[in-house]
Amino acid sequence: MIPSATLFGLAGAALVGIGLYGFLAHAHLLRRLLSFNVLGSGVFLMFGAAAWRSPILGADAVPHALIITGIVVKLAGSALAIALLVQLARATRRAALPEDEGRPP
Amino acid sequence: MTTLLLSLPVALPLLAALLAVAAARQAAGLAMATGFLVLGLSVWLAFEVAALGPITIALGGWEAPLGIVLRADGLGAGFLVVSAMVMAVVLVAAQPSFEDQGQESRAGFAFWPLALLLFAGLNTAFLSRDLFNLFVALELLTLSAIALVAIGGKADAVTAALRYMVFALLGSVLFLLGAALAYAAHATLDIGLLSQVEPGWPMAAALALMTMGLAIKTALFPFHAWLPPAHAGAPAPASAMLSALVPKASFVILLRLWFDLAPELASPLLLAVLGGLGAVAVIHGSLLAIGQDRLKLIIAYSTVAQLGYLFLVFPLAGGAGAAQPWSAGAWTAASFHAFAHMLAKASMFLAAGLFLRAVGHDRLEGLRGLARAMPIACFAFGLSAISLMGLPLSGGFTAKYLLLTSAFASGQWGWGLVLVAGGLLAAIYLFRPLNLMFSKEGAAASLTPVPRWEQVLPLLLALAAVLLGLFSAGPFAFLQIGRPGAAAEGLLP
Amino acid sequence: MTAVLPVLILATSLVPALLIFWLPERAWRARAWLNLGGAAVKILLVVFLMVEVANGVTHEARLDLAPGLYLLLRVDALTLLFVSLSAFLWLMTTIYAIAYLGEGPNLSRFFGFFSLCVAATTGLALAGTLITFFIFFELLTLTTWPLVVHKENAKSVKAGRLYLAYSLPGSAALLVAIIWLESATGPVIFAEPGDLRVLSDASLMAIFALFALGVGVKAALFPLHGWLPEAMAAPAPVSALLHAVAVVKAGAFGIVRLIYDVYGIALTAELGVGLPLALLAAFTILWGSLRALQQTEVKKRLAFSTVSQVSYIVLGAALAGPYAVIGGLVHLVHQGLMKITLFFCAGLYDERAGITRIDQLDGIGRRMPLTSICFTIGAMGMIGIPPVAGFVSKFYLGLGGLQAGEPWVVGVLAASALLNAGYFLPMLYRIWFGVASVDAPAADERSPGMLVPAVATAAASLAAGLFAGAAISPLAWASLIAAGYLP
Repeated sequence: MIPSATLFGLAGAALVGIGLYGFLAHAHLLRRLLSFNVLGSGVFLMFGAAAWRSPILGADAVPHALIITGIVVKLAGSALAIALLVQLARATRRAALPEDEGRPP
Repeated sequence: MTTLLLSLPVALPLLAALLAVAAARQAAGLAMATGFLVLGLSVWLAFEVAALGPITIALGGWEAPLGIVLRADGLGAGFLVVSAMVMAVVLVAAQPSFEDQGQESRAGFAFWPLALLLFAGLNTAFLSRDLFNLFVALELLTLSAIALVAIGGKADAVTAALRYMVFALLGSVLFLLGAALAYAAHATLDIGLLSQVEPGWPMAAALALMTMGLAIKTALFPFHAWLPPAHAGAPAPASAMLSALVPKASFVILLRLWFDLAPELASPLLLAVLGGLGAVAVIHGSLLAIGQDRLKLIIAYSTVAQLGYLFLVFPLAGGAGAAQPWSAGAWTAASFHAFAHMLAKASMFLAAGLFLRAVGHDRLEGLRGLARAMPIACFAFGLSAISLMGLPLSGGFTAKYLLLTSAFASGQWGWGLVLVAGGLLAAIYLFRPLNLMFSKEGAAASLTPVPRWEQVLPLLLALAAVLLGLFSAGPFAFLQIGRPGAAAEGLLP
Repeated sequence: MTAVLPVLILATSLVPALLIFWLPERAWRARAWLNLGGAAVKILLVVFLMVEVANGVTHEARLDLAPGLYLLLRVDALTLLFVSLSAFLWLMTTIYAIAYLGEGPNLSRFFGFFSLCVAATTGLALAGTLITFFIFFELLTLTTWPLVVHKENAKSVKAGRLYLAYSLPGSAALLVAIIWLESATGPVIFAEPGDLRVLSDASLMAIFALFALGVGVKAALFPLHGWLPEAMAAPAPVSALLHAVAVVKAGAFGIVRLIYDVYGIALTAELGVGLPLALLAAFTILWGSLRALQQTEVKKRLAFSTVSQVSYIVLGAALAGPYAVIGGLVHLVHQGLMKITLFFCAGLYDERAGITRIDQLDGIGRRMPLTSICFTIGAMGMIGIPPVAGFVSKFYLGLGGLQAGEPWVVGVLAASALLNAGYFLPMLYRIWFGVASVDAPAADERSPGMLVPAVATAAASLAAGLFAGAAISPLAWASLIAAGYLP
């Protein structure tokens, strides 16, 4: 049986992959932002899985503290990104960067 | 006392940022006071470091690996002082544009807290030794920088900010991934502790990810596309902070990663790639700068080129020959170059802001004949140009001399030629505005007058860039305090 | 005491410069006093230092920039030859410039950069290491550019662009040469150059070529001279300074330093790099004269004459025989005195009679007699007619050529004398024997501030030739320097 920490780690890696693809492939900034959040969650999951030491020692508490901090930081970043995006959409009726115009959303 | 000296440069701007939100009327005065207070503290700290050597403190008494360690060595304290110097002047220069004049303006309200948050992030990045703490510092720095780009609210600025955001998010997640990997392998995030372990492949992968993330944040070619529109689109004082200060934080972390943390992981290929990208940035950025027709864009593309020089430190470090009586020439030169660029570039953006205010636009044509109308600001621009071109006597020259000597002494001529070519290209793109300032035929008749004291501010920074070259012996010795071994020996054995 | 004097002598022009920048436009009197005071103090210091150096006292000041990178100011005999020339001519040019520019615009900027330019020249002369030399060489470029573009019109802006387009790549070549050399030998101090033989012959030749290229731009060696005639767009005192003291002389001085203080005569001869340089100089002498013949404007003709005359110095230095060295070094001073006289006069003709073209000179001798006498003395010196100073330099150069086993030098000198006569004598003829056309504008000499410097420098060029045998003449000093270099 695969240890659960490894499973979490693999799931995290998969999320990173999916998120990265979405982030790079899309033009629509909201989609890119959502993909980025998937990507970030993957990183946190991997970080959390890395905290596992052994059945006796249990999990290391430091990464958990860091993940919480990371989520707060990411939340702030996402909020700023959305605020800017709304402003862009209001001003130009667009939701993609000019150089990405014409790419699939 | 030293605990306070190290933590106040981080804590004071954070506190002031909160207060600036609460008391918006007093925000400008508060920010300026914070700027000068932190400058004073940094200078004090620098004297302590010069007297005692590197100072390390554990915040709240929690030692690494559990707690967070701040450390002021020559490199960190040096960057702290120069950036505080720039910040103090820029905050004063921002006062006429952003001071709350009674009517509610969003830009006037947001500028001061954002600038202070940026300041806090910057200082943390220079002093911290903990990878996760550095991540938080970078995020604080980048997010406030992005918000500053968009502060004008125009569609162009918002677009530039969003493009910056896309790059920055990618950069920070790569850095975080690297940090997580390092923690998974060695159960610590402290650079000092990590440097003592035998690095294996997880560390190599972690370093690769973090390097990529930091290169994006430092706008290294080919990740530089976001920088010029963002820096040129922001209001002048914000541009000065963005161009002069923000990329230096990620560069300092990069220096710490490779020279402190795991110099043994460096390979000839890595050095060639980093140096090569830097060289391409120098040439590419300069050529693009030559093609611009707006002053602020020229200055912004110049930043792309100037940041490229910094990356030449990787192949050139340790490249001093037997004939040189100094060591760590190239490594120190990178810091000198960064300092000179911080001072000169901030001065240039502030001067450009004044020109813009006087003329009403920043197309090059508008500069015609300004040498007569605004002699002090033009003189400041000229002095900064001298430092950016690496002409004597300026901080830029000292840096260029040290890098060139390392290149020739170690037989790596190619990098030397890049340095020389970069200087000449800089002369071309900076000559265009200077030339126009000195040709009066067809000059605009009506200019908005700019007070003399505002013109003196960029001059102060430009003079500092020149004095850095004239009195470089002190800063040179200071930077050697607590320098890593790889700085003198180079990254390759 | 020994470290103070070199710094002090630099400060005599640096401090007035920095103060003048902050003076309001209307502070004519304060500006004049600062300038003249600095120049006078400088001359006193130079005289004092001459006595010191003749007695064998060394003066040296040092500022460390980084380990291995430092500024070294050092007084030796060659330094003083150049510094004394620049100190005397700076004083003269300042008096002239104050009268010439009158109450024009941007005077604080002009005189600030003017003094900075002289400070850079002084620093260049005092430089004791290669990198110090380079630093002042670059400062000279930077401080002369605002002077060239001072008039802010299209022509001067173009001249400034051309000047930088030549100078900046030139100094890049110079920097590469210096760092290439120093990365192998460590800092190169003029008094005791290290062992250059650690580098291969090919590298040494390449470095020599790069160095000659770098300073050759300033010395207006063919084909790097294109900027010089264009720079005539600057105000007359600037042209005078550029041609006689500051820029072109800095280039020639650099060549002298390179051959005698960096490579040394023995190594230069061994590498065989002296002869190509001498040939290039000889070609420049003839070519400059030929181009001067074709000019119709007074200042343009004088400019090409400079291209030709400065190469005499390079020729003397490159031949490296005892007499040739003396001839080259003494021409550094003689050419300065004579050329500045000519430019002062050209400025007077322009300002007081509106004459810029050669065909307008007809009959001006009777209306502006003093100016014309000065001009004649300068022109005769350039041709090499005794007893004006130019004769002495050419005589030594010819002897030096024979001594170095290069008899063609005499031929070049003779040809150049003929060409010089070819372009100066018609001017003199027009001045003294031409008949002024009826519609010629009024002319007078009522500008003592411009006339007195011209008379003084003309008298000096005459005296330097007449009393060449005296113990304190430029010739005696040049001989003292040459004696120090020769085995």
